[in-house]
Amino acid sequence: MIEIQNVRKSFGSLEVLKGIDLTVNKGEVLTIIGGSGSGKSTLLTCINGLEPIDAGRILVDGTEVHAKSTNLNKLRSKLGIVFQQFNAFPHLTVLENVMLAPRKVLGLSKEKAEENAVKQLTHVGLGEKLGVYPTRMSGGQQQRMAIARALAMSPEYMLFDEVTSALDPQLVGEVLDTLRMLASEGMTMICVTHEMKFAREVSDRVAFFHKGVMAEIAAPEALFGAPKDPELQKFLAATH
Amino acid sequence: MFNTALTLADLGFLLQGALMTLAVTAVSVTAGTVLGIIFGVVRNQVGPYWAAPLTFVLDIFRSVPLLIQLVLANAFQAIAKLGWAPFTTSCVVLSLYTAAYCTEIVRGGISSVPPTTRRAARSLGMTWWQDMRYIVAPLATRVSLPSWIGLTLGVMKDSALVLWLGLIELLRASQVLVTRLQEPLLILLICGAIYFLISFPIARLGGYLEKRWSND
Amino acid sequence: MFSYTFHWNQALKALPQMLDGALVTLQVALLSMVIGLALALALTACRLSGNRILGGFATAWVEIARNTPALFQIYMAHFGLGNFGIHLSPYTALLAGIAFNNAGYLAENFRGALKAIPDTQTRAGRSLGMTPVQAFRYIVLPQMLRIAFLPVTNQMVWAILMTSLGVTVGMNTDLAGITQELNARSFRTFEFFAIAAVIYYLIAKAVTLAARLLAARMFRY
Repeated sequence: MIEIQNVRKSFGSLEVLKGIDLTVNKGEVLTIIGGSGSGKSTLLTCINGLEPIDAGRILVDGTEVHAKSTNLNKLRSKLGIVFQQFNAFPHLTVLENVMLAPRKVLGLSKEKAEENAVKQLTHVGLGEKLGVYPTRMSGGQQQRMAIARALAMSPEYMLFDEVTSALDPQLVGEVLDTLRMLASEGMTMICVTHEMKFAREVSDRVAFFHKGVMAEIAAPEALFGAPKDPELQKFLAATH
Repeated sequence: MFNTALTLADLGFLLQGALMTLAVTAVSVTAGTVLGIIFGVVRNQVGPYWAAPLTFVLDIFRSVPLLIQLVLANAFQAIAKLGWAPFTTSCVVLSLYTAAYCTEIVRGGISSVPPTTRRAARSLGMTWWQDMRYIVAPLATRVSLPSWIGLTLGVMKDSALVLWLGLIELLRASQVLVTRLQEPLLILLICGAIYFLISFPIARLGGYLEKRWSND
Repeated sequence: MFSYTFHWNQALKALPQMLDGALVTLQVALLSMVIGLALALALTACRLSGNRILGGFATAWVEIARNTPALFQIYMAHFGLGNFGIHLSPYTALLAGIAFNNAGYLAENFRGALKAIPDTQTRAGRSLGMTPVQAFRYIVLPQMLRIAFLPVTNQMVWAILMTSLGVTVGMNTDLAGITQELNARSFRTFEFFAIAAVIYYLIAKAVTLAARLLAARMFRY
């Protein structure tokens, strides 16, 4: 369970998160929608501990992410994150990209790590690309590799930060299919996205962020079918 | 360290050496840049195939130690009975040395101008010369200037080697004083400080220009 | 104009001796590069440490190395340290001077290479649970070395050319030193130094070629 309690976060004088309260249960798929600058991506990087927070608490299975005593590196192996830019490691092959962290962070043997990496890559449809360098692949393939890389750490939660935003339109589908597959397998997921159709389909709940505030959260039918927040109504009208 | 036999006259001697360093540098960089621009434009015009002999010869100046070049040139002028003074020989060698590097810089600068821009200029009815003068030169200068500043400072530092031909530039002047006064550290520190004071501000300017111009 | 007769045979007889000198030249250059690379990595670490004293020290080193002549740096090692009672042999002074110079230039190359690697790479590594050191070691460092490879190769060629400066502090075992000794005995300056120039040229080209082949093998992406 991920518990977010009254989290505040500023960059300089700009407050991007103005007291967020949110709980995500095991097995749940939550998507977060909202305009740019709404703070939705920042929240993900805070959950992962990549960004410090100014107030409030984030608990992952009861462990406080930003507590000094927390071993962040250990915690992060529980929390997979995939970013908008694919962040492939260009000097490593696809297989090596996926094997690196399990070997160095989890201390798996080379054989174990390779076996696991092959499994994850096959799972996302890249079983044929093991020896290829990421720069030779399409954006969609690189992004699926990044997903496999995160999955190889056997995370209990997956955070997706606008993973299709940097892709050409014709490549969006293959990545969304991968996310759908993960959702159907019962992975706990928080997805920040601009893909409304996708959000509607896979989510258990959808949250709408506006200017650092979670303005509305509801099941997809309710949120898309009968939006209450005036800003959400405007947002949905503009994106359709 | 403040108990020194170093006199004001000695400091004047060092400064004279520094002036010699600057003189050799100024002559060589000026001549080398003119040659470098000519060679660079020629290389660009005739293409890599026909420019191969020129490229090969210039590459020699970058692959043989400058000290060896100086000694060879000095021996050559003696053999050919040219009667060159060490100053002349030094300047000739350093000019060619500068030209070898400058050619690469100029070539890089010219090829950084997009062909489409040049075609646009020519399509407006500009002659080759006008295109070079009003389009290529300003754009290429922007790209090349930081490297050229680096080259100038490089030549200034490398000019220390002309001491081998007996020219009393800054480092040689320091060495003379070291031998006479037996205070190597103090004198060399002053010598180093002079080099640094000449080089550092200009290097910073080059870095600043590079940063400013690469941002847009 | 040319009443001078060239004596190439006499000079060519000394070729084996000169080639021995070339080996010393190569040895000094290689050693100075190994030491220089290690020092440059340390200087880069100092600059990244965020510690003001370490950072200032590294910056001072880099700026002195880049803003004074290499020959001056060798003189400092040879004559300057005499004030502290340290008397380095020509070989050691030459090696120390070039290594100092290499370290400064290489550290600056590393800095440029690091700038070219986006922060998101480190971030991606950290998000997978790596420590900052692991992220640097496995993700940033290999990419940095690749970007810096060409400048490092150039520095190696520079190091070879710089070894010739040893002759000015009395080095007599490397190519320039041996050539100078032969010259002092025979006064066949042009012949001996022309042969030396050819050898230097060939070494420089061989090193460049070897580096290119090595790069093709090492960097497949």
